[in-house]
Amino acid sequence: MTTTTLETPEVKEATQVEAKQPKPIEHISIICSKGTLDMAYPGLILANAARMSGIDATLFFTFWGLDIITEKTLDSLHVATVGNPSMHIPTMVGGLPGMESIASTMMKKEMEKLDIPPVREMLEILSDSGAKIYACRMAMDMFHREESDLVPQVDGVLSAMDFYDKSAGAQLLFI
Amino acid sequence: MPTAEYAGNVVELNEEGFLVDSSEWTPEVATGLAEEAGLGPLTDKHWTVLTFCREDAAQQGQPPGLRRISKLSGVNMKELYQLFPKGPGKLAAKIAGLPKPQGCI
Repeated sequence: MTTTTLETPEVKEATQVEAKQPKPIEHISIICSKGTLDMAYPGLILANAARMSGIDATLFFTFWGLDIITEKTLDSLHVATVGNPSMHIPTMVGGLPGMESIASTMMKKEMEKLDIPPVREMLEILSDSGAKIYACRMAMDMFHREESDLVPQVDGVLSAMDFYDKSAGAQLLFI
Repeated sequence: MPTAEYAGNVVELNEEGFLVDSSEWTPEVATGLAEEAGLGPLTDKHWTVLTFCREDAAQQGQPPGLRRISKLSGVNMKELYQLFPKGPGKLAAKIAGLPKPQGCI
């Protein structure tokens, strides 16, 4: 049995044009699982760029990523100098006392040159922009942290299942 | 390059809808671009931002990023997102007739 379609050339053309245009991203959900300075910024900057483009952004901080939103730790995040091949220094040199501080200070200086704000200000900007910031319930329990240990910009502490609910329709990114 | 006309002002636009030549910009063009972006009528606050962006771009040679606008224009980050809900990063520059900002902040 054959089916006949009643598509006019115009309709066909319009469908083709539509198919060529990929659907823009409307919501991005970023899981931040690492607490080093070089792993903190990608998530924060990508979330901010999303908001600047009118894309909804949700951030979920888990495991060592919690350090990025914890009052006591967020101002002193470090670059990893050991086990980081991109440092281009021998692992043993990276392990010498003071190396992490030197690398972290250098990175912060470079960020400043590019007009990229410190982590604390990034969180304020993100909160003002309407991005949602959540902490992982399980990681909080594991690291014995209370909600009062976190920055005020945090919108809540969620289980992984709740996080998926908040990420409905979003593209997911794991850092 | 496509052209568009806003209240008698003909301007050339690039494929993303930004003005090719920012000297072709007039307030009428801004009003037209804002309407197309679904912003509705421009308020005094919008004009504060747009004027700052144009003046700053003239001095710096590039459109200001959002952080710079929020620090120097007198309109803070929260307000910027209220004024340009569909993405102040691109929209403020676009309506001010400037190129798309290259920075991420």
